[in-house]
Amino acid sequence: MKKEMFRTCPESGLQFHKPAEMLIRAHAVLAVVMLLVGGVSALAVVLTRWPAVHWLPADRFYQILTFHGINMLIFWLIFFEVAVLYFCSSTLLRCRIATPRIAWLGFFLMVTGVVVNNMAVIGGQASVMMTSYVPMPADPNFYLGLILFAVGALIGCFVFLGTLVVAKEEKTYVGSVPLVTFGALTACIIAIFTIAMGAVILIPTYMWSMGWISYIDPAMYRLIWWAFGHSSQQINVAAHISVWYAIAAIVFGARPLSERVSRGAFLLYILFLQLASAHHLLVDPGLSSTWKIFNTSYAMYLAVLASMIHGLTVPGAIEVAQRGKGYTKGLFEWLRKAPWGNPVFSGMFISLIGFGFLGGISGVVMGTEQINIIIHNTIYVPGHFHATVVLGTTLAFMALTYFLIPVLFRRQVFLPGLAKWQPYIFGISMMVFTLVMMGAGTLGVERRHWDMAFTDSALGFDYPASAYTLMGLVGISGTLAIVGGGIFVLITVVSVFFGKRVESESNYGTATTRLEMAPSIEGGHGAHAAAGKLGFAAPGTFVLAIFFLAVFVVYYAINWKYLASVWPMS
Amino acid sequence: MTAIQPPSEIIWWKQPLDRVEGTWIAIALVWSLFMFVMMPVWHIYGKQNMSNEAYKTTPAAYIAKTQAMVDKYTVRTMTDQQIPVVRPPPGSDVFLIARLWQWWPILELVKGQTYRLHISSTDWQHGFSLQPQNINLQILPGYEMVVTITPDTSGDQTIICNEFCGIGHHTMLGKILIIEGGS
Repeated sequence: MKKEMFRTCPESGLQFHKPAEMLIRAHAVLAVVMLLVGGVSALAVVLTRWPAVHWLPADRFYQILTFHGINMLIFWLIFFEVAVLYFCSSTLLRCRIATPRIAWLGFFLMVTGVVVNNMAVIGGQASVMMTSYVPMPADPNFYLGLILFAVGALIGCFVFLGTLVVAKEEKTYVGSVPLVTFGALTACIIAIFTIAMGAVILIPTYMWSMGWISYIDPAMYRLIWWAFGHSSQQINVAAHISVWYAIAAIVFGARPLSERVSRGAFLLYILFLQLASAHHLLVDPGLSSTWKIFNTSYAMYLAVLASMIHGLTVPGAIEVAQRGKGYTKGLFEWLRKAPWGNPVFSGMFISLIGFGFLGGISGVVMGTEQINIIIHNTIYVPGHFHATVVLGTTLAFMALTYFLIPVLFRRQVFLPGLAKWQPYIFGISMMVFTLVMMGAGTLGVERRHWDMAFTDSALGFDYPASAYTLMGLVGISGTLAIVGGGIFVLITVVSVFFGKRVESESNYGTATTRLEMAPSIEGGHGAHAAAGKLGFAAPGTFVLAIFFLAVFVVYYAINWKYLASVWPMS
Repeated sequence: MTAIQPPSEIIWWKQPLDRVEGTWIAIALVWSLFMFVMMPVWHIYGKQNMSNEAYKTTPAAYIAKTQAMVDKYTVRTMTDQQIPVVRPPPGSDVFLIARLWQWWPILELVKGQTYRLHISSTDWQHGFSLQPQNINLQILPGYEMVVTITPDTSGDQTIICNEFCGIGHHTMLGKILIIEGGS
């Protein structure tokens, strides 16, 4: 500890421990590499599903789609999430990172896993989609790569937990960990559950692919695989909501409306998000409706409640902070006067709106036991999860990256004028993309399908012209979103590797400072309500929340009505 | 004063709720419970529900049952592949095989009549997607799903596979033909 290992960022006041800093940089850089790889493959997918273009041949399409899914949904997100975990522990708590060498071992295992898995897919013997449903076989290295990656990520989780212990032992903070670290801990706990489920299903499947086990029950596979597959998306939710809180704090100095509510909502995630496996099994044989209803509702929608709470408290915290700065006119002056030209804020806010209105509502609706009948495995499903994982998680991570480029990498953002527009280009085209996919899914267009015209089939089928129009829009908006993502990768890579250095000095030294508690609110709790209206601290946010609920109710009702029009079945 | 610092009170969990939070939590909780109750309610009053009926089976046993139905009720064949068109009596057990890359046989059902439709796969996982009805079911090998259906619309339906099942996935189609009652 005597070595000169700590530096303080003069702009943000954050304190970086050198080994942690190097680890965060490495994981963030690898994440962006994965995003680039996944983005290039996304272009091939989109240009094939665009009926007027229909670019790739069928075998290549299924291969690239597998490749795209794994690199984006698993590799890009988890690399970035490990970076977030290290940031939320070592950096936010101002402590040294636990066992940096073991953390590097985890990193190299993850990189090895990426290479092994991607080589299997590129080799052409593993075009089985991300889900690799048995008994469709894949090259054993497909599973082996995922297992290696998961072990590496698990090591990252334990290094995070170890770092929390270090901070506690060395008393680098007072009281409880910050809310953002608490959210990261939620993500970590969900990640450990997720990876355990991945091991439970992928290790036997690997053995099956090697011929050591003769049979894997397909229903069991789906149940456990989705305990891994869906839960891994719940890591994203917990992580990107932590990022929302962090950005609200960084940009506005916002404090949570109340610690109790925000932390309680994270706790609901830990308790109930794990039930999500059921969302994928609602029209499967062999499971009872009782089981499906309890699980798909995350036990009476208590995890959905948690997301609705965060959806209120994050903008609510921003509103209170803005009102405190004098933006008190009407209901929405605080929002109008927000720094819309700062990509850290605009990216975070578009992420919040997209995740809530598009990803959240569609997810709950399609996760309703009976409504799933009219949605399962249509292109509505990727429409939904691009709203959660791309608009929600990816855009939140992009926003955080704009903050990290000067603070962590000590570089100025390349082309700041373009960076200002990037969240809008990416976010808005992605919103259109998810909406038109959901529209096409409502018309029955299938996901993971090479040819909606069925030209090679003996029995034909014609989708209505509107389905073709919507899939054409999928092509256009998808291409625009990829351009938006490409701009992000360009800005990030050029800034980090070739960008101008930040001028202020931030040298490594031995001095460390303790993380102080947030100052008390003047006038005690509830005092900031005075800044709002009618005793509501954040009246504008409340109005937005009620609008959200109205959209939710209407869309939910429309889907029941649509369901009621199909053949009676029981 | 922010979310990236420890809470300002050691005992943060006793901090009172803001009115905006308390009100929203109450509203959101009511909505959550309403959505939860909707699912059992639809099982009682709604007409579109998943059956809870399914059996373990084997490809051989399932093919045998389907073949028996085909032998008994085939009325004609369709396409160059001579796919049998089967018209089973209303109310009976109807069998449908999902396999690489075909839904077999073609079924001919009477509008407004009820059938016990059995579906299973004899190889990989498949997705039963009835279009333009837009009814979607997951079909697994080794599991025989039974759904009681009542086709109440005119016009033929196409079964599309919507679970990826290899290189011929996009060619895997089947038909359910609907005939008017009394014909």
